[in-house]
Amino acid sequence: MKRFFPLILFSGLCVFLLLGLQLNPKEVPSPLIGKNAPDFSLPILNQSKQTFTPHSLKGKVWLLNVWASWCVSCREEHPLLVNLAKQQIVPIIGLNYKDKDEPATEWLKLMGNPYQLSAVDRLGDVGINYGVYGVPESFLIDQQGLIVHKFLGPLTENTIQNELMPLLAKLQVQSRKSP
Amino acid sequence: MKSFISCHMVRLLIGMIALGIHLVGYGEEAKPLAANPALEAQVMNIAAELRCLVCQNETIAGSHADLALDLRSQIRQQLISGKSKQEIMAYMVERYGDFVLYKPPVQSNTWLLWFGPFLLLVVGFIMLVRYAHNATSASEETTDGDDLVRARDLLTIAEKEPQ
Repeated sequence: MKRFFPLILFSGLCVFLLLGLQLNPKEVPSPLIGKNAPDFSLPILNQSKQTFTPHSLKGKVWLLNVWASWCVSCREEHPLLVNLAKQQIVPIIGLNYKDKDEPATEWLKLMGNPYQLSAVDRLGDVGINYGVYGVPESFLIDQQGLIVHKFLGPLTENTIQNELMPLLAKLQVQSRKSP
Repeated sequence: MKSFISCHMVRLLIGMIALGIHLVGYGEEAKPLAANPALEAQVMNIAAELRCLVCQNETIAGSHADLALDLRSQIRQQLISGKSKQEIMAYMVERYGDFVLYKPPVQSNTWLLWFGPFLLLVVGFIMLVRYAHNATSASEETTDGDDLVRARDLLTIAEKEPQ
């Protein structure tokens, strides 16, 4: 037994290192999950006279998608969002993060517009309030206005099917139980 | 992972191209840098303890990432509005989690991090003492035994062969 002690110690270390390799350091758990989605009031893209505030969606489950025309990963994600919007399962609100109106509008024309509207966060202040650090990011917000989940980086078919859909189903069941 | 890197690189590139425009846009924010070195030192002092989430091995003070710039100006604004360092730190943790702190706080989920090394040191020390103890007692026995046998042999030889 004593002879194998170093081997056991080494194997233990290997297990920890292997587990460490599986982790993605870019995925920092958001402290905002389970908390109220920070409120804001921002102008709507191409409807500059109107403003959007998350408060107006209370009672609904919705997805806040942080996007920008300069963001390459958003390009990857965008067709999936367009597809998701077509299915009309969950309203998608865009947060146009540190972008300019012209390229943003151009982008939506070119790629399709999955958003009910896009709030314009020109300076990124709202982004900071939401702890945004790697666009694209998506926040799933429930009927009470709580952040249920944060998707960091582009949504993929996998995350939509295996994370978003089950969460949406769960939230809908909950709302039926307590109308 | 790859998409993040490319996203960041392209952002950098676009940032470089757009630098001329940005300089105009950020002109107002750059002013206090020269105007108030004391404030800037305070900003940097706080920024040096915060991790840039884009370039995770850099502080917000040391990083040139867009986010770091934004957060520095956020710190500056909050300092101007009279917030204390603790309040600003709390503000950052509320949004980005404990990960944003370069110096992790001592709390239940970081005990292993803070005290683990000392625990290892103690365990190592105990093992060292035990090992050393075993080694000396073992070596004492063998030398004693060998010496005794040699002494006995010499004595018997001496008895058998009178001068």
